[in-house]
Amino acid sequence: MHPAPSIIAFTTLSGLGLGLLFWLGLDPTAPTGWVGFAFFAIGYAMAVGGLSASTFHLGRPERALKAFTQWQTSWLSREAWCAVAALTVMGIYAFFLVFFSVQIAPLGWLGAVLCLLTVYTTSMIYAQLKTVPRWHHWSTSALFLALALAGGALLSGRVTIAMVLLLIAGGLQAWWWQTGDKRLKDSGSSMESATGLGSIGAVRAFEPPHTGNNYLLREMVHVVGRKHSQKLRLIALGLMMVLPVLLLLLPFGHVWALVAVLAHVAGVAVARWLFFAEAEHVVGLYYGKR
Amino acid sequence: MTQLPDSTQRKLGLVIDLDTCVGCHACVVSCKGWNTENYGAPLSDQDPYGADPSGTFLNRVHSYEVQPLATSAMPHPAAQLIHFPKSCLHCEDAPCVTVCPTGASYKRVEDGIVLVNESDCIGCGLCAWACPYGARELDQAEGVMKKCTLCVDRIYNENLPEEDREPACVRTCPAGARHFGDFSDPDSAVSQLVAERGGMDLMPEQGTKPVNKYLPPRPKDGWQGETDVLAPYLEPVAEEPQGFLGWLDKTLEKL
Amino acid sequence: MSIPMPNLDTSPHVSDEVRKTTCYMCACRCGINVHMKDGKVAYIEGNRDHPVNKGVLCAKGSAGIMQHNAPSRLRAPMRRVGPRGSGQFEEISWDEALEQAVGWLKPIRETAPEKLAFFTGRDQSQSFTGLWAQQFGTPNFAAHGGFCSVNMATAGIYTMGGAFWEFGAPDWERTKLFMIFGVAEDHDSNPIKMGLGRLKERGAKVIGVNPIRTGYNAVADEWVGITPGMDGLFILSLVHELMRAGKIDLEYLARFTNAPVLLDSDPKSDDYGMFLRDDDGKMLVIDRRTGKPAPFDQKGVQPDLNGHIRMAGVTHVTVMNQMAERYLDAKYSPDVVGPQCGISAERIRRIAAEIARVAFDEAIELDHSWTDFRGDTHDKMVGRPVSFHAMRGISAHSNGFQTCRSLHMLQIILGSVETPGGFRFKPPYPKPSTAHPKPHFTATPGKPLDGPHLGYPQGPEDLALHEDGSPIRIDKAFTWEHPLSAHGLMHMVISNAHAGDPYKVDTLFLYMANMAWNSSMNTRSVMEMLTDTDENGDYVIPNIIYSDAYSSEMVAYADLILPDTTYLERHDCISLLDRPISEPEAAADAIRWPVVEPDRDVRGFQSVLIDLAARLGLPGFVNDDGSAKFEDYADYIVNHQRKPGIGPLAGWRMGENGLSDGRGEPNEAQIDSYIANGGFGVFHIPDDAQFYKPWNNAYQDWAVNLGLYDAPAPYLFDIYVEPLRKFQRAAEGHGDRQPPEHLRERLKHTMDPLPLWYAPLSDEREDLEEFPVHALTQRPMAMYHSWGTQNAWLRQIHGHNPLYLPTHWWEKLGLSDGDWVRVTSSHGEITVPAAHMAALNENTVWTWNAIGKRKGAWALEDGAPEATKGFLLNHLIHELLPPKGDGLRWANSDPITGQAAWFDLRVKMEKAEAPAESQPGFAPIKSPVGTGPDQLRWKVGK
Ligand SMILES: Nc1nc2c(c(=O)[nH]1)N[C@H]1C(S)=C(S)[C@@H](COP(=O)(O)OP(=O)(O)OC[C@H]3O[C@@H](n4cnc5c(=O)[nH]c(N)nc54)[C@H](O)[C@@H]3O)O[C@H]1N2
Ligand SMILES: Nc1nc2c(c(=O)[nH]1)N[C@H]1C(S)=C(S)[C@@H](COP(=O)(O)OP(=O)(O)OC[C@H]3O[C@@H](n4cnc5c(=O)[nH]c(N)nc54)[C@H](O)[C@@H]3O)O[C@H]1N2
Ligand code: SF4
Ligand code: SF4
Ligand code: SF4
Ligand code: SF4
Ligand code: SF4
Ligand SMILES: [Mo]
Repeated sequence: MHPAPSIIAFTTLSGLGLGLLFWLGLDPTAPTGWVGFAFFAIGYAMAVGGLSASTFHLGRPERALKAFTQWQTSWLSREAWCAVAALTVMGIYAFFLVFFSVQIAPLGWLGAVLCLLTVYTTSMIYAQLKTVPRWHHWSTSALFLALALAGGALLSGRVTIAMVLLLIAGGLQAWWWQTGDKRLKDSGSSMESATGLGSIGAVRAFEPPHTGNNYLLREMVHVVGRKHSQKLRLIALGLMMVLPVLLLLLPFGHVWALVAVLAHVAGVAVARWLFFAEAEHVVGLYYGKR
Repeated sequence: MTQLPDSTQRKLGLVIDLDTCVGCHACVVSCKGWNTENYGAPLSDQDPYGADPSGTFLNRVHSYEVQPLATSAMPHPAAQLIHFPKSCLHCEDAPCVTVCPTGASYKRVEDGIVLVNESDCIGCGLCAWACPYGARELDQAEGVMKKCTLCVDRIYNENLPEEDREPACVRTCPAGARHFGDFSDPDSAVSQLVAERGGMDLMPEQGTKPVNKYLPPRPKDGWQGETDVLAPYLEPVAEEPQGFLGWLDKTLEKL
Repeated sequence: MSIPMPNLDTSPHVSDEVRKTTCYMCACRCGINVHMKDGKVAYIEGNRDHPVNKGVLCAKGSAGIMQHNAPSRLRAPMRRVGPRGSGQFEEISWDEALEQAVGWLKPIRETAPEKLAFFTGRDQSQSFTGLWAQQFGTPNFAAHGGFCSVNMATAGIYTMGGAFWEFGAPDWERTKLFMIFGVAEDHDSNPIKMGLGRLKERGAKVIGVNPIRTGYNAVADEWVGITPGMDGLFILSLVHELMRAGKIDLEYLARFTNAPVLLDSDPKSDDYGMFLRDDDGKMLVIDRRTGKPAPFDQKGVQPDLNGHIRMAGVTHVTVMNQMAERYLDAKYSPDVVGPQCGISAERIRRIAAEIARVAFDEAIELDHSWTDFRGDTHDKMVGRPVSFHAMRGISAHSNGFQTCRSLHMLQIILGSVETPGGFRFKPPYPKPSTAHPKPHFTATPGKPLDGPHLGYPQGPEDLALHEDGSPIRIDKAFTWEHPLSAHGLMHMVISNAHAGDPYKVDTLFLYMANMAWNSSMNTRSVMEMLTDTDENGDYVIPNIIYSDAYSSEMVAYADLILPDTTYLERHDCISLLDRPISEPEAAADAIRWPVVEPDRDVRGFQSVLIDLAARLGLPGFVNDDGSAKFEDYADYIVNHQRKPGIGPLAGWRMGENGLSDGRGEPNEAQIDSYIANGGFGVFHIPDDAQFYKPWNNAYQDWAVNLGLYDAPAPYLFDIYVEPLRKFQRAAEGHGDRQPPEHLRERLKHTMDPLPLWYAPLSDEREDLEEFPVHALTQRPMAMYHSWGTQNAWLRQIHGHNPLYLPTHWWEKLGLSDGDWVRVTSSHGEITVPAAHMAALNENTVWTWNAIGKRKGAWALEDGAPEATKGFLLNHLIHELLPPKGDGLRWANSDPITGQAAWFDLRVKMEKAEAPAESQPGFAPIKSPVGTGPDQLRWKVGK
């Protein structure tokens, strides 16, 4: 799949932002006042920024509101509802915290759940797609959730939890990559099944339908060299997990914390780039590409 | 609306005969022409006279080379080339419909045609991601999703003569490799063709239950075998000109 | 569950009006329905009533709207202002342009009309352009047939009065075994596809003989991946097998061919190898009833295939006897032929057996009685449902004429020409070579030529030679180098004019031929020849006038541009006098008419020629008082009469009792009648005249009635071609017109009256070890030569063209995807992108034809992939063979017809560093029309 910057930004930032908001919602001693404001502002900036980045991907952003209509079937629609619900609930919760130093805990819990739900719905947009076998697996949602939780913990300054969650998320990510590499093959889709010509023999794409480019190739077919992707995986893991954990092991310092957060964000962004760039859409089979 | 109907009253679709398609692209261009002028926004083209021309097409013709396995009867089978047109298969379990957040994508109850209501489409592209077959293209000028409409604006069109109420690609196909009809009717020509020629689904493992069917190429190169002792070779009447002329005289006498 | 569905208008307005005319996205000439909205072209579809396409339309046809609106359209007449080849022009008025042309042409006509060379490309008005040239008086006129498929056309005409070219078609409805040789697309684009579709529907068998398995060969049930240039041998091996097994139609051969005709078999006779004839000049056969010689067409005669007669101590034998001598020879046995052709002997036997089985065991009979020219009535029509089709793959070789002859002969010996299930003629064919004109070339200053330029020589006496033996025509057509060059040699015009061999010309006038690019061999040199100057700094070819509709490469090389309209903006006539749209069941002709008016200062070329003719005062185009006889081409189409009662269009003429078809006076409403009828006229052949046309009285009478013949003219198929023997005889030293010494041996060998195979001529001059690979081109179905590229839709399908290599070479050169190869012939070198193809003869490489473009042409941007990755194979092909050291220029053409031998090309290859762009590259030309827009959102009816 084409690693569009808008979608990478969207999933990375909204995941982290919602993760942060989740922890704020659960925190029995949630920050209040200016400190609270700062935390919530960061969470909102990331979540809303990410969500609005996703509209850059739309051909008709001005009609974006229509996306709320199909919550019964569409994960994208559900995501829209969840996001709005999460942000609204957390907004009220934050409003009281920041301006009145009043913590309405049940509202926080509800908001937290909604934040996770939102991340889950986002993940399901990808995980539901049978056409992208690498994504079409429960672990995709687990990974999104784990990263949101770990990133949120890190952002909210929960050192121990963050370390544990970072290790879990990193491990999950490594495993997801490992198993993901086989998933297209295991899906049963191949050039033979795509063309139905397998009963005659081995199928090879001869000429593409057009020598000119097209939307499908731009959007769905992106080829990353194996060596290149291995390197990027290491970099991503290093940035999202290893470096932050090491930094967290150091005695606490704001600068190091900031570096840990930035490293993590950068690592997740690289992982997200790979998430898209490495994902083989079965339509590529028709083009003899994957 | 992105719920799929439990069942449709009819199942309209295409049969594409891979044994007959010569890969001429006629269907590709007639589709482009009709759909540029008709249903919805025109199918636009970017950089049409430049270095990287690219445009929206609802139907594209691939070609594949297939290498049969060697057998003892045929130790060196020749590779085969198959032209392979592909447009929306109007799946019964259309994943492109259920993913759509706006309801722009829908499957019609009366005939099973999968359509995009362009005025509702936000161009999120998710339906194209959900389609295994590459049957949807986001128009770069209009920002909305385009796909084969099964020429819904032709097949019922009372402004067209009765005989022209069929998809543009079917009407134009010079080789007659495309057939249009109702698959819910076992007696329809398309159902019969599928039954007789072993019509197949593309990527059945995707669970989309395509309505469109493909007729596989018939077996080829049966006379290529080197060792076929039963091959019906000709019996000589003569090896030499003189013998031949003698045979000629005899045969002519009998005429 | 009920799901709400949006309201959809399933009966939208389709168009305001449908205008029916004829497609010209290629020369197939299908009928089209042009849907109009707001006076503009909105959508084009096939016309269901049309005899050619019956409603279907190919990719090009459907893309007509993009051609009609292409940004590359020329806008006004232009005069060159920069150096030739630069593309710098100024727009001028039509009056200026025409006066300029007259200024060049008038003096030539009055002093030396041969100084005008007028050649046309994919011209569909040759009977008109030819007449114009004839009235001008130059002997130098031809269309593009010489580099196209003249081998096929002439081989068919000389052999049976029609050819596998567009002069006939298989009986698609009845044939059970169809074999197609060397065809990628052909002129009959849609009919072949429709026919193949019908065969598939009926489960009939298709065999494709082609080094490359794409398109028609991909759907063939059996693919024979023959080595290029070897078809003649393969076909004669099939003939060998069939004759050896007695699987030939003896009755058919005896009745309808010259197989039973007696040959003068006396080696000492002057007429050795000519037919024995009676005092009336009628060919003699032995009548089986009497055992005595009799004229072949005598009532009731039963010609004896193995007849002989002894006279003065010599036994004279039949053509059949000669055929047995030749084709039963073991050198044609599959075991010998197979390895040479790259086909196993078993497979050749198998195919021969299948042909025999279908022809004789699955014969079909139609219950139609018919009467032949000898007066015998047959109560049935017996069909042998095997049919062949072939085109440039066997014709564009220097052994193409004889190979095409061989295939026509194979179809004949099966008894399946003009019988049900076999090959059928399209009127005005059948028409044997003797019924065609002979070539005319006598030029007289200020006077018309003595007759039509092109024709079918019957012997050395018809050659276009001066007293001293030098060629009369600039292209050296009808000379000893290629005596039967019935279509001229367009590919030699520029080269000869530049070399001044046989002489220099003053004005080169070209129409619709991209000679500075894809239709030339040796493209780079042709560009140099066009720009070359003499010692005075003047161009060696002084004046070049060109008519194109678009900004092609050739435009840049002309001094004066006469911009044509698009095909939707003008009148055209697809005439029975020319290359009509007939099908085997009916004669048919058609028109084009302006379904839209041009929005630019352009004029239909034919109308421009009529204007020029009037300005030049050409006889036939002016009245006695010197005024113009025709207002424009439409006027000419209606009012010109070739003979009294016969005009360009056969339908809706004024007969004695009202409207009539075929013969009749001009009718002012004729064009309107055509328009009302969908743009065409169809003249059905009666049922009893549908088959056996050359010998069927009913057909002959019908044809006379329609004006195709003046009188019934039945004839025999010429398995043995006597005119060829006459040339051979001359080469053997007989007669007073003698060939030059250096051609004697070649003529003796190649001008064989019975089909034979010889290796392509260039093979003798090439190092076959050094250049082991055959390099071919194929037409893509979705592109028409150069002119598809300006089409925004089509160029997305074919925007560049790799060179396809077979597995053998792909692996040998160690190539992988994205690699480039350097390809070298004995003449030149190109460096181009490579791609792999397994379904390919193992010593053949190929690419799509005419995709490569010159920068600056066709209103494309300089970075267009056509120019950066696309390429032409033409840079590797020379119009001359490699020199022999004898100081002579030997054309790379068939020695009989002059057909350009495109497919004799041999190359070697090596892996190359990928250059920035495919090589050779050329400097961009300046576009006279700019470039196109960067986005299209085409919709006429908003
Ligand atoms: N390597 C290789 N070269 C080949 C061949 C091959 O097989 N291989 N094939 C050869 C053969 S058979 C042929 S016939 C030639 C064809 O080659 P050409 O005769 O050059 O044919 P085109 O490129 O189709 O077009 C000629 C010109 O006609 C112009 N044209 C198009 N429409 C109109 C119109 O309506 N009016 C006017 N006035 N002009 C118009 C186009 O713009 C173009 O410049 O190529 C030959 N060249
Ligand atoms: N779409 C489209 N249609 C066209 C044209 C076009 O440009 N585009 N051009 C028109 C013109 S001008 C012409 S002349 C016709 C030509 O129509 P075709 O005769 O179909 O011409 P080519 O495309 O040159 O194809 C020649 C075929 O012969 C094969 N071949 C080459 N050498 C040999 C050989 O030695 N033996 C055998 N058996 N096969 C061989 C090649 O592989 C190729 O498939 O098409 C006309 N129709
Ligand atoms: S029009 Fe028919 S033959 Fe041509 S590519 Fe399409 S399906 Fe195949
Ligand atoms: S082919 Fe693709 S677009 Fe068409 S219905 Fe099936 S999934 Fe949807
Ligand atoms: S692109 Fe349009 S039709 Fe497709 S899912 Fe998005 S809104 Fe629905
Ligand atoms: S049915 Fe209509 S929209 Fe669909 S591919 Fe054919 S022409 Fe295009
Ligand atoms: S074959 Fe195609 S381009 Fe040629 S005349 Fe017919 S429709 Fe037009
Ligand atoms: Mo041609």
